[in-house]
Amino acid sequence: MAGKKMAIIATKGALDMAYPPLILASTAAALGWEVQVFFTFYGLQLLRKDLSGIAISPLANPAMPMPVPMPVVVSILPGMEAMATSMMKAKMKKKGVASLEELRSLCLEAEVKFIACQMTVDLFEFDKSDFIDGIEYGGAATFMKFAGETDVCLFI
Amino acid sequence: MNFDKEFDASGLSCPLPIVKTKKSLSDMASGQVLRVVATDPGSVADMAAFAEQTGNQLLESGSEGGKYVFFLKKA
Repeated sequence: MAGKKMAIIATKGALDMAYPPLILASTAAALGWEVQVFFTFYGLQLLRKDLSGIAISPLANPAMPMPVPMPVVVSILPGMEAMATSMMKAKMKKKGVASLEELRSLCLEAEVKFIACQMTVDLFEFDKSDFIDGIEYGGAATFMKFAGETDVCLFI
Repeated sequence: MNFDKEFDASGLSCPLPIVKTKKSLSDMASGQVLRVVATDPGSVADMAAFAEQTGNQLLESGSEGGKYVFFLKKA
């Protein structure tokens, strides 16, 4: 119903973990919810203008379906991460799964508020010019102010 | 069933059928009917949940030629 609110903390920057916050945020916004996403630590990668560096690694990821069974030692080899990432992206495209860029645009278009964690921006020495426009910068207190009023609050 | 606008979500996966249905409804007038075609099996449950939460009425939910077809009346 109208008037519901959701807050999400996005802490991960790998391809598979980048999807849930953006899927839930765009869907909730489509349902008329007011949504804020607070990006901290590796989640900040999702706010970069260029998302092409977002990757998925088969290493230490035993649940990842592989075309052929692969010993862990093979996952360590150079190029394995790039290969797994391009295979995953190709599969997503084939199955009609939105790109991260598209989901992020849909969120912004639907007025989902994106907040970048100022502390981790400083910690990793990110340049604000690397991030997309239309986002805000804040800290834990900024997040709690909205989170305290929400119906759904998730840590991803 | 008569409809005023159609949105073809064929080939799209969650959450695009819902998010884009919402976008399609945005420039329609209250009472107008949107026909949505989708191939994502998840859209059957999702469209019902979308209608329930947004007040847009799901007039019909069925399948046609292997695709899912929905009629939504804008609130």
